[in-house]
Amino acid sequence: MSWVSACKFEDIEQEGAIRFDHGGRTYAIYRGPDDSIHCTAGLCTHEAIHLADGLVMDFEVECPKHSGAFDYRTGEALRLPACENLKTYPAEVVDGEVRVALG
Amino acid sequence: MSGIVIIGAGETGTRAAFALREAGFSGPVTLVGTEPHLPYERPPLSKPLGGAVQMKPICSAEALEAAGIDYLPGMSAMQIEAARRQLLLGDGRILSYDRLLLATGARPRRLVCAGAERALDFRTFLDAEAIFSHAQTDANVAIIGGGLIGMELAAVLRGKGTAVSIVEMAPKPLGRAVPARFAARLHERHMAEGVRFHLGQGLAEITTDAVILADGTSVPADIVISAIGVVPDIELAEKAGLAVHNGILTDAFLRTSDPHIFAAGDCAAVSQPGGGHMRFESWRNARSQAETAARNMAGNNEAFVAVPWFWSDQYDLGLQVAGLPQPGHHTVLRALEQGDLEFYLDDGRLVAAAGLGPGNSLAKEIKLAEMLIAAGTRPDPADLADPSASLKALLKSARAA
Repeated sequence: MSWVSACKFEDIEQEGAIRFDHGGRTYAIYRGPDDSIHCTAGLCTHEAIHLADGLVMDFEVECPKHSGAFDYRTGEALRLPACENLKTYPAEVVDGEVRVALG
Repeated sequence: MSGIVIIGAGETGTRAAFALREAGFSGPVTLVGTEPHLPYERPPLSKPLGGAVQMKPICSAEALEAAGIDYLPGMSAMQIEAARRQLLLGDGRILSYDRLLLATGARPRRLVCAGAERALDFRTFLDAEAIFSHAQTDANVAIIGGGLIGMELAAVLRGKGTAVSIVEMAPKPLGRAVPARFAARLHERHMAEGVRFHLGQGLAEITTDAVILADGTSVPADIVISAIGVVPDIELAEKAGLAVHNGILTDAFLRTSDPHIFAAGDCAAVSQPGGGHMRFESWRNARSQAETAARNMAGNNEAFVAVPWFWSDQYDLGLQVAGLPQPGHHTVLRALEQGDLEFYLDDGRLVAAAGLGPGNSLAKEIKLAEMLIAAGTRPDPADLADPSASLKALLKSARAA
């Protein structure tokens, strides 16, 4: 597993998400309402739509196009048309820096 | 027990079939569709990948089987005998039903002019294949109709380098469903991309290599696409004696004038709280009405309430509209870095919102606006106009109140 520095903690607004591209792949990094940090695959499992453009409410992110929803802590698909879970990756904050393990 | 029969295997019919199972209905479910394929999504049809039209199934054959849905592809529904609760199929079979769902959708409105038969429709997978297999880079394409479908097709074809002309009867494109500010933005963008517009013009004739306008102008066209809107498919309902008027009339529970027959999606004209009936042609409406109709057929009694919402992608721009903006509404502009949002208030109450920006960059704002609309809020217009006033905070304070 290799840890990659992704962004600064304050780059992500509380209860928000940003897109992070690395190694030819795209990810979404979330900051929860409790300031916890999480990372998932960046594209909705229903169609290739960037989830970081979607609304984050509590611990849920909603696809901006078809309203499928996921729990970004576990990747669990919560609402149709999303039915396949999202892959999640370990994420942590070190000295105000967000690092994700994409290995 | 005869079970539930669904006529139409588009987004509505297919979603309803699965939603019946999700609602706990365990009787027989039969899904009748005229097209030969597995049920498929229509929005991807206008977005061919590498020249090939995408066939994105809504579900797999295994999923249909696992849910116990009897899918009859390539099958026409000929006649409903409402009094006997029977349906006659194209192969002569007769299906009995306890409940019937009409999800017959809509069909393209046909042009009326000399040579109209030369124009291609754009509705089905086969229509899309016919258009994209002929629309080579050196072809001249004329699109009749400057609505959402015509403009989306123009954007895709320009992306492939095809020469595109749009002929529209109205003085401006996108006049029907898109607020004026965003219609004008999209119009400008299409012109900058080289689309040639012929506005305020009727058609005289379609020849083998041109479209002749009412004023005699000849627009070169190897391919003519008709995109002048759709008409609800109400023929079966009408013959069965159901109440129809620009759609199959339903009450708020999506029941037609026959209590055993429901209608949902493009074909359904649903009773509105403020009076009258309304049809919505959109992907999301197809699914949400399907879900409500399915739950009600399974025994619930749930009124259909949803804020209408649609999107349209043209070039790199994404338009989203929630609610039904009307010219009489008080309009509030919020200018954001990535694009403009407009809010529409009716007597102080937020009733609609729209936004246009790159990709899905305004999607979360529109989603929050939709939630504010659904909550019946009366936000301060100054807050709506202020980009630094968070819509999420407005929603949270409205919910706490």
